[in-house]
Amino acid sequence: MRDSRSVSIVRHVVLVVCAILFAAPLYIAVVAASHSARSLLGQFPALPGDHLVGNLIHVLTVGFPNTSPVGLMLVNSAIMALGITLGKLVVSIPAAYAVVYFRFPGRMLMFWVIFATLLLPVEVRFFPTYQVTAQLNLLNGFPGLILPIIASATATFLFRQFFMTLPKELIDAARIDGISPLGFLWRIVLPLSLPNLAAIMVIEFVYGWNQYLWPLLATTSERYQTVVMGIQGMIQAATSFSVPEWNLVMATAIIALLPPVIVVILMQRWFIKGLTGGIN
Amino acid sequence: MQSSPSLPPSTRAQKAIKPPFRRRSEAGVGGGAMFPHKLLPYLLLLPQLVVVAVFFLWPGIKALVESLYEVNVFGLGGHFAGLANFRAVFASGTYGESLGVTLIYAAITTVLAMGIGLFLAVQVDRVRRGRSVYRTVFAWTYAVPAAISGALWLFIFNPEIGVGSVLLGKLNIPWNFNINLFDAMALIIAATVWQQSAYNFLFFTAGLQAIPAEVLEAASLDGAGSLKRFWRVVFPLLSPTTFYLSVMNIIYVFFSTFSIIDIITQGGPHDGTETLVYQIYQNAFQNANTSAAAAETVLLIILVSILTVVQFRYINRRVHYQ
Repeated sequence: MRDSRSVSIVRHVVLVVCAILFAAPLYIAVVAASHSARSLLGQFPALPGDHLVGNLIHVLTVGFPNTSPVGLMLVNSAIMALGITLGKLVVSIPAAYAVVYFRFPGRMLMFWVIFATLLLPVEVRFFPTYQVTAQLNLLNGFPGLILPIIASATATFLFRQFFMTLPKELIDAARIDGISPLGFLWRIVLPLSLPNLAAIMVIEFVYGWNQYLWPLLATTSERYQTVVMGIQGMIQAATSFSVPEWNLVMATAIIALLPPVIVVILMQRWFIKGLTGGIN
Repeated sequence: MQSSPSLPPSTRAQKAIKPPFRRRSEAGVGGGAMFPHKLLPYLLLLPQLVVVAVFFLWPGIKALVESLYEVNVFGLGGHFAGLANFRAVFASGTYGESLGVTLIYAAITTVLAMGIGLFLAVQVDRVRRGRSVYRTVFAWTYAVPAAISGALWLFIFNPEIGVGSVLLGKLNIPWNFNINLFDAMALIIAATVWQQSAYNFLFFTAGLQAIPAEVLEAASLDGAGSLKRFWRVVFPLLSPTTFYLSVMNIIYVFFSTFSIIDIITQGGPHDGTETLVYQIYQNAFQNANTSAAAAETVLLIILVSILTVVQFRYINRRVHYQ
């Protein structure tokens, strides 16, 4: 199965060309973000210019007409993404623990209710969910941004899957030692779950940060705009000028994609483990 | 994928889902070794159940009820209308068109994203040096928000100043996605595939790693060419991953591409890129046709349930496991 030298070189050449194609949209964005709006009108520059820092500072502190400064949007995005991540953990770990380690009437029903939520991401049920959120007066606020996303019990399901792989001798030993159920969760099950916890946290953070449709519906006030949904208003504003300010839109796009991309690259091992589950 | 975090495709995970379909005793840890508390499990489940009840069951029931009632223009009152709303949705013709658009979009995206993901995974799996670098290079677009991917591709292929449009112009290829439906579809597919091929790459990489080295060695002893060996031996062994990914890609395009459409085409030109989810959005928030939006939500819930049942029931049976 070993490649000959020439085959190996061809393979690397093919992979490098593919890598360049993959990176091209990001490179074009960086080039655009580092020039003035006017210099994007003619021949597209081949190399980055020297306006990058100025453009970044401008969007972060000023933004566009009718949108918040991107700095505020970043704070909102971070609160929403972290709120979704922590909220999912707080809600899903006890629920998964209860379903796996207790026998009680209605247990199968509970499991099925949770399982059913897996089928319907917020994009499917956004319209009635919007109506309910409006009725509860939760529009334009972080609870309204976060809670409907938490309702999907994906994390509960993943934790249940993991808890079921833990050896049942553990619980026998715990009961003999007289450890309480919550002590068992805190001192034995959670420490064993740390790698899975990290994986699920990375996935939920990226998922939360990248939300678009729900923040678009749940916020009408500029105060709560997130950077991912805010890009739409910016494109509209930027292209309405006589010299379209694509440089500023691309600066914002780079700011918006960096946090999830950096988290995924830094946490790559956990992320791939969480994403592809038990396949490897 | 930017839809809800996916479930693992692993054979293990899917088998673990099976028990509730079959025997009760397997759904928890063993038989007798349980905590005997009566109240505690309900307390542990309470937060989850409250969120699910308020933001999941209530909206679901609301959509069902609204889909069966006729609401007047002021959104007040209304009377029971049976299936009239559903009949109106089907009679309008736009629903069928939108379903067609979604299917075409899903089919092309799935084939391209899976093909690219598989090709790259196989190539990276074969190289000896720089594997982990290549993995990062082909995986990072997964984390890019779909909306931002849409913004990048919109800028690059913007008919006035986009560098991609200029390039196409030099090749004498006419291009304007604001007018030409084919161009619009090509652009949203490109923005989707750019991201989704990373997801497919990761899963195929994991699938390739799970194939035992002995199987590959035995196959190479037969003296078959490497391409033949791939299609005869490796590809069949990847079938659990392939089936899982085809369902996940379709689900992704059906439900999680709203942002790409909203950023690039807003459903145009002439509703030619209006997916099912986008049509619900327009009916609910732009056309003020909430009965149609409710009926279409119910239809979408039925559709996604069917897809999921297919995923869990049939994939396990048809695919080949080692």
